[in-house]
Amino acid sequence: MPATNNASPVNRILAAANSVILGKSNQTRLALCCLLARGHLLIEDLPGVGKTTLAHTLARLLGLQFARIQFTSDMLPADILGVSIFDRERSSFRFLPGPVFSQVLLADEINRATPKTQSALLEAMEEGQVTTEGETRPLPEPFFVIATQNPSNQIGTFPLPESQLDRFLLRLDLGYPDRDAERALLESGGSREQLPALPACLGDGEFAPLQRQAAAVYASPALLDYLQLLIEASRREQRFVHGLSPRAALSLLAAARAWAFTDGRQMVLPEDVQAVLPAVARHRLRLISGSHADAEDIAALIRSVPLP
Amino acid sequence: MRLRQRPPIDQGAVPWLLAVALATASPHAENLPPWLSLLFAAALLWRAWLWRQRRPLPPRWGLALLVLGALAGIAWHYRSLLGRDSGVAMLVLFMALKPLEMNTRRDALVVVMLGFFLLLTHYFYSQSIPTGIWLLASCTLLTAALIRLHGGAQPLADIVRQAGLLLLQALPFMLILYLLFPRVSGPLWGLPQDAHAGRSGLSSEMAPGSISSLILSGAIAFRSQFAGEMPERADLYWRGPVLDSYDGLTWRSSAQQTGRPRSAPAIESKGAQYSYTSIIEAHNQRWLLALDLATSLPAGATQAPTLEVLAREPVRTRSRFSFTSSVDYHVSRVEAAAILQQALTLPEALNPRARALADRWRSRPPARIADAVLSMFRNEDFHYTLQPPLLGVNAIDDFLFGTRRGFCEHYASAFVFLMRAAGVPARVVAGYQGGEVNPVDGYLIVRQSDAHAWAEVWLAGEGWVRYDPTAAVAPSRIEHGIVAALPEGEPLPGIVGLDVDWLRQLRYRWEAANNAWNQWVLGYNPQRQREILSRFGIPNADWQSMSASLAILCGVALLLVTVWTLPRRRRADPAQRAWNRYCTALARRGVTRAAWEGPLDFARRVAVERPHLAALTSEAARCYAGLRYGQGNSEQLLVLQECVHRLPARWRKNA
Repeated sequence: MPATNNASPVNRILAAANSVILGKSNQTRLALCCLLARGHLLIEDLPGVGKTTLAHTLARLLGLQFARIQFTSDMLPADILGVSIFDRERSSFRFLPGPVFSQVLLADEINRATPKTQSALLEAMEEGQVTTEGETRPLPEPFFVIATQNPSNQIGTFPLPESQLDRFLLRLDLGYPDRDAERALLESGGSREQLPALPACLGDGEFAPLQRQAAAVYASPALLDYLQLLIEASRREQRFVHGLSPRAALSLLAAARAWAFTDGRQMVLPEDVQAVLPAVARHRLRLISGSHADAEDIAALIRSVPLP
Repeated sequence: MRLRQRPPIDQGAVPWLLAVALATASPHAENLPPWLSLLFAAALLWRAWLWRQRRPLPPRWGLALLVLGALAGIAWHYRSLLGRDSGVAMLVLFMALKPLEMNTRRDALVVVMLGFFLLLTHYFYSQSIPTGIWLLASCTLLTAALIRLHGGAQPLADIVRQAGLLLLQALPFMLILYLLFPRVSGPLWGLPQDAHAGRSGLSSEMAPGSISSLILSGAIAFRSQFAGEMPERADLYWRGPVLDSYDGLTWRSSAQQTGRPRSAPAIESKGAQYSYTSIIEAHNQRWLLALDLATSLPAGATQAPTLEVLAREPVRTRSRFSFTSSVDYHVSRVEAAAILQQALTLPEALNPRARALADRWRSRPPARIADAVLSMFRNEDFHYTLQPPLLGVNAIDDFLFGTRRGFCEHYASAFVFLMRAAGVPARVVAGYQGGEVNPVDGYLIVRQSDAHAWAEVWLAGEGWVRYDPTAAVAPSRIEHGIVAALPEGEPLPGIVGLDVDWLRQLRYRWEAANNAWNQWVLGYNPQRQREILSRFGIPNADWQSMSASLAILCGVALLLVTVWTLPRRRRADPAQRAWNRYCTALARRGVTRAAWEGPLDFARRVAVERPHLAALTSEAARCYAGLRYGQGNSEQLLVLQECVHRLPARWRKNA
């Protein structure tokens, strides 16, 4: 399999990201895949494990314009979308765009906002445009939301409803760093301050071609057979309340393509599907017991489906 | 800790395993103590509830206590932990409790294997057609449970179809083994002592009520097939034990005391000879129930001094015997003094009124005395009923002058008592009278409900002559059977009293099917095996030629199954086939690709577990991935096939 020239920018991005976020190469790669597949990313974990750093780093490395909203419970939709103010000099209203008008939007602790505010953001994610005061304004291209969320059993949160979770292509959790990574972190004293100085790996307009190449990775009939078997197995499995939706199937394919692309391949393999399946499926599958599927459930699902 | 790392059981398979436990153990309920059946049901319900509620299983120490307690119960109930019944009880106990510690897949497999084993034990108790059908269904269920355990969740119909298909593929082998496996006569291994307990049939004693309880059973005692003509129904007296010793309550057989070797009894038959073959159900006694009076005996049988035909061993399994009998005969015109003396003995000081009555007849010729008794039964107020009133110490007096209600054992007993009291040698004969021809297969069926007792009187110059006092009271008992003889409203076993026509037809068909099953499936002994083999051109087959034909036929069957399944395999494309071969070759060398494992992941694993195969496997995996998931080319296929060929050499070099 000849390595493509496009593999190198991807590898550069990953190498740079891994030098900032220590010991999380799999999560970093999944996050990059999510952006390559034009999806939005949800990172869910405890405070202080590096959610914000990951989002910020990716935005910097991809050379994209970055904005950040810290969600609180008293935040209103206008705080995100922007407001019109009266310009005395011109005697007319002038629209002041909110933080949503950026290429990478880091929505920190999205589950602290009220459902009304959440849905304003989610609508923008879905439509790629914002409608306020009867006027529709397009969002910049590309537009990503990287939302972070504390586990919803913490006090004072509004958990995202199922239908809105589905808008996120992937969901990650970071987990504690391993011993060595934590030691390195302690020795370097944290890298948050160096972030603004991080050099971008891609120039302006270089990311869109990468996205197009990722979407063009070949998925053979045999691979689609396998993917369908997995989806069907999720619908038949009695532990889950319901199976994966067709939209989830599309997301799975897109994410698997991006994963294959980051591996420098021009075809999707079952391994790619298996690698992204936990991130695609865990927030979409709910167990009979009420909680979301955990990694072991997804592994069992994978093990129950032989390759065709 | 290692135990916990075993793969956990797929929760979806739990109902299958509970069904397995239920199907394989439940028919034993009729042989088990009720508390064990209850324990079994409770354990299964508990496990089902735990499964539904998704609760953890009970702790191990609790189960251990339960096992010890139940084992003590079994030991106490059977007085032993050895033997057939207690062994089966223990297996059922294990089957009840194993699901309660079913955490891992290994536990589930134990349940399935226990189920297969438990299936076999049913043959200790029953080998009938329903048992066979039930066990076949259970076997399918067990196979389906195995498929569910290994294959994951699939639609129910798919699993059952697959299990049925597997069993169907085993069918030719089953038939070949059944027909050709060299058979030994008798059971292959010794059955424990209690294996033959609880068979019903005539006993060597006749106490009040012993025959009436037998009459209420519709079970088959034996079947007979006549070679030619059949005697009249009224002549069908099947001789069982001769009861010639009376203690005032019970008639017993004294054959043990008088049974010494002597020459065959002098039989002069006058009329036609009837040849017939009987298939006698196991009854645990030696007598063979020949038609009165047998003139030629099956091999190994002897005729006792009191004329009943005895086998060498008690009849412990259903067996075939061939006889010739004559129904018109004189026997023992000259009789041994000891036998005549035994036929006159009566207990002292009992039944004074009957003795007084007999004393009045003493002067008459013996045949006239018998006629007098019969005419008393016929003309006075005697009734035939299966529900006689209870009798006191002077049972014969109470019956003759008091209750006057009874059935064959009362009449035979009173008749013989009067004859002996009047000085005429007489004895009671127990056996069966009559029978019913099954129009479907022509066999005469004799049931326990045909059990009967009659009398024999020794007349000088004529020998032993049969008198049936019951016939004097209820002639229809002899001519038409027990149903016709009983008064309205007396209870009878449903199977005997059937008078709905289609039901009767159904019963005939069912019994004919059972008969064929008994003869061709259960009765397939070494002799039948030799017959069948000589029909296929192997005369006088010994075990060597049988084993040879067994091997040849199994080989042919295997070939046929292979030919049948081969086309399915061919459908895989060449890349898939080459990769499968590569993986199979690796599996033989200890690295097995999981069914869900992708090629590159597998290659990475091989690189860790078998480093010297890393390069080869990685190349094969890359080529296969390109062929199957990319737009592969013929060059990759060649490389992949080359890898398959190079694997053995590469392996040897580093082994």
